[in-house]
Amino acid sequence: MKGVCGAMLLREEVELLRNIPYFNRVDPCKLKLLAFASHRICYEPGDTIFMQGDVPEATFVLLSGNVRLTASSPCGRCETTQAEPNSMLGEMCLLSDQPRAMTATALTQAEALKISRDCLLRLVSDNPRMSFEISRVLAETLRDRMGPVGKQFAPAAIV
Amino acid sequence: MERNLLRYIWKHTRRQQVFILAIVLLSMIPYFAAFDLPKQIINGPIQGSGFETADSTALFMEFTLAVPFTDLSWSFEGFELDRMSMLMALSGVFLFLVIVNGLFKFYINTYKGRLGERLLRRIRFELVDRVLRFPPSALKQAHGAEVSTMVKDEVEPFGGFTGDAFVQPVMLGGQAAAALFFIFLQNLALGMIAFVMVAIQVGIIPKMRRRLIDLGRQRQITARHLAGKVGEIVDGIDTIHTYDTSNYERADIAHRLGHIYKIRYELYQWKFLVKFVNNFLSQLTPFLFYSIGGYFALKGSLDVGQLVAVINAYKDLPGPLKELIDWDQSRQDVQVKYEQVLEQFEPGQLVDPSLHEVKPVTPAHTGTVLAAQNLTVIDGSGAKTLDNVTLKIERGETVAIIDNSGNGGESLAESFARIVWPASGRVSLGDTDLLELPEAVSGRKITYASADSYFFHGSLKDNLLYGLKHAPTTTVSYSGEEAAHRSWEIREAELAGNSALDLNADWIDRRSTSVLRGFDDDLKQSLMRALDAVQLTPDVMELALHSYLDPEENPALASRVVEMRHSLRETLQAEGLSNIVAHFDPAAYNPEATVAENLLFAATSISSSSDGDVTESEYLFEVLEISGLYDMLYEMGLKIADDLVEIFADLPPEHPFFQQLDRINAEDIASYQQLLQRMQSRTGAGITEQEARSIVRLSLHYIEPRYRFGVLSQDIMDAVVAARDKFYANLPVNLRDRIERYDPHRYMAAATLRENVLFGKLSNRVADAPAKIRKIAGEIMREKGLFESFIALGLSFEVGTGGRRLTLTQRHKLSLARALVRRSDFYIFNRALPGLDRRVQEEIVKAVIDFLKEQDNDPTVIWVLSNTSLSRLFHRVIVFDRGTVAEDGTFEALDRDSGIFRSLVA
Repeated sequence: MKGVCGAMLLREEVELLRNIPYFNRVDPCKLKLLAFASHRICYEPGDTIFMQGDVPEATFVLLSGNVRLTASSPCGRCETTQAEPNSMLGEMCLLSDQPRAMTATALTQAEALKISRDCLLRLVSDNPRMSFEISRVLAETLRDRMGPVGKQFAPAAIV
Repeated sequence: MERNLLRYIWKHTRRQQVFILAIVLLSMIPYFAAFDLPKQIINGPIQGSGFETADSTALFMEFTLAVPFTDLSWSFEGFELDRMSMLMALSGVFLFLVIVNGLFKFYINTYKGRLGERLLRRIRFELVDRVLRFPPSALKQAHGAEVSTMVKDEVEPFGGFTGDAFVQPVMLGGQAAAALFFIFLQNLALGMIAFVMVAIQVGIIPKMRRRLIDLGRQRQITARHLAGKVGEIVDGIDTIHTYDTSNYERADIAHRLGHIYKIRYELYQWKFLVKFVNNFLSQLTPFLFYSIGGYFALKGSLDVGQLVAVINAYKDLPGPLKELIDWDQSRQDVQVKYEQVLEQFEPGQLVDPSLHEVKPVTPAHTGTVLAAQNLTVIDGSGAKTLDNVTLKIERGETVAIIDNSGNGGESLAESFARIVWPASGRVSLGDTDLLELPEAVSGRKITYASADSYFFHGSLKDNLLYGLKHAPTTTVSYSGEEAAHRSWEIREAELAGNSALDLNADWIDRRSTSVLRGFDDDLKQSLMRALDAVQLTPDVMELALHSYLDPEENPALASRVVEMRHSLRETLQAEGLSNIVAHFDPAAYNPEATVAENLLFAATSISSSSDGDVTESEYLFEVLEISGLYDMLYEMGLKIADDLVEIFADLPPEHPFFQQLDRINAEDIASYQQLLQRMQSRTGAGITEQEARSIVRLSLHYIEPRYRFGVLSQDIMDAVVAARDKFYANLPVNLRDRIERYDPHRYMAAATLRENVLFGKLSNRVADAPAKIRKIAGEIMREKGLFESFIALGLSFEVGTGGRRLTLTQRHKLSLARALVRRSDFYIFNRALPGLDRRVQEEIVKAVIDFLKEQDNDPTVIWVLSNTSLSRLFHRVIVFDRGTVAEDGTFEALDRDSGIFRSLVA
């Protein structure tokens, strides 16, 4: 066991969770609960974490290792990105209740905290603060993705 | 069947009745002889009559027997005995007669009992035989529990009555007539009085009892309905709970019981009233003798001696008379019961017994066409489900039947299977009407399966092979005691008109399996292939893995499982996957198991519900104390409690996160919180033994990779491993039977097959660990040739009543598999796979057709489809619309031309 995945303690996971934008302003006590309620899973290189088109049941916090995210459209185009440690995977689909938009594959040995859908939703509904944080992070992500378009319209809107 | 029970009994036991009557008459001789003897002993040797002088003697056993009206006579001079010897001789005779009488009684009662039991057996068998020959519609309204209570309980009194049916009236009638005759001999007038009173008694009492019989009938019917209702409650228990109607059912039962109580109470009232009248009437006669006879005696017109003789003679009359009336009562009672039962078993029309004859070999029948001619079928409500349908299905066709509206297709399938009988028109196989064919032909040439096929109590295998059990195919040769028993069985069965077929013979017809290549394993192959075709193999494997194997019963398999355990471990290591499973290692701590599991290091079985959890046992705590673990675990438990309280303290009790904790609920958290607070304020004081144990218990159920509190130190792990031997050193008896220590080289009877193969705990932390291990273990299982043994183990799973221990989908698949195991010319599947998803349905339908088409007899497959799009897998498609054939043709033709078909399939 120890050979592959290092033994990690709950309190260390809490520290890691705090580095995630969604959670960095959440009460540490709640993070401990979240960590406790979620599963720690190890992946070997090449293991699939989730498949495009699956119904999402959980979101993953990547604790270590690298993960490749691929999205293939029906016309055969592929989009690939990489996720680094301390990032969250698959949360958008979980929150919007849509099938997975991408396939996540471990590139190296990776470790992730699997937070089940029920856990996350329950935690969010218990903590208004957290729900606000999630909205904020989602809004930021959206703004970044809009990129130039957003910037173009933003000043006009202010005027 | 005979309408009158007495006549029925006479018909079947005539000879025995005459015989037992003769024996009873014979037994009367010593019986009456024993009556006279005490008087002789007292008068003779004891009081001294005939022994007036000290040396006088008397003749013992001296008699003269003369036949009246002839000169014939026999006599015996007897032995000459003195007074003392005479006393002893007469006493000896008395003892002898006592023994002879006892033996007669013993023999007669046994004989009567046997007679009754045989008749009971005959009636029961005949009733069940009739049920087997009922037309299908007759049983649709019948209540299983009611029928069974009739066969089991309601006929029960017939057996008791049989022995007395003729002997009793003859005997008692004779006794009563004799007593009456004696009275007449003494005095004609008084005799007339007695006769009139007897006539009144015999006339009135049965009339009064008519009400009793009526009540008895009501009691029988209400009791039968009660049995039906109880059966219904058991069958419908899920529906009762889901709709919260348990109190409605309680009220219903209470109402019925109240009704039964009322009937029974009235029954008692009448019974004792009749008894009172009966007693009164029989006591009235002596009153008349005393008053009227006494009057005439005082007047001098009647001799006093005569009156006393009449009164003495009358003593013997009421007894037999009362019993005779009682006999008549029970006769009427069983007659009514008999009629009541018979009524339910006379459906008007029964299947001819010749159609059910035992035929080990399928009779030759050349019919290759299944045809319906002007077939009309009417359902239970009287509506026509099939209206004047004429069609032919040739050998070798694959036919899809779909319903546009109505249930025409289903009705047709049911008619082909003889589950419904035509209202008009006919179904024929070849030239013969299907209903006139012996079941040995129709029930073997045609195989039918639907979603509501029934499963019998027994194993999966029993049910899969059920369709092959037509007749015994072997004769078992018994020897010694068993042979004697078997011949007794046959003799008794024949005496009671039962079937004498041997249930122990091999009933499986190995010549009619679907895979038939002439090899020994045809049957096995048929089973395996059928399971594969309906995709039931993984389910059976799962059942096998969950089952317990007794290594003493099956040592070879057990040792091969242990072998597989080792190769699985080696393979995992070789493939670098050893992190998937934390194996049980006698010298190491298993991080994926709880502390308690690590200490016990054993498979535990729960033999009865009274056995508590081993981890709660007093002995465990003793071991903890001895090994010094108690304090370590206490310290560790405090840290766990601290963490748990921190995490869970603010959560409301119904919060779903509590499900994450196996054995701890919100109340426990609150009590731990209080405990910790108390300890902080008063440094450990006031902690009770029980509270300390609850802290230790936290440690006992702790799994480090699951909780990740970091409290399980190497020291504790080492101490736990070291304490294992201490735990086993003084294991108390009550635990010894329930605990089986893990031994990598032995099969553990207390653990499931899966646990035995894995011999460890799957890691929570490896992604898809179950899938990975399943794949590797599956490969090793096939490599080691264990696949078939495991499937065989899975097939020994008991399906429960009606297959209730299986899921609905499994039952549907099993029903289909049962049909596929046997070889037939026609296979009819009537919406056999409802509720399965489309992809699986298609795969199964395809696999089934392919499998059946491999048979060399080119069978016909008729499938009533609920998923109409699958009709493209068939050569011919028949579309029913409101009970008539709307379309009939190939899939391509219908797809091209038929609007109705296109709208159905689209």
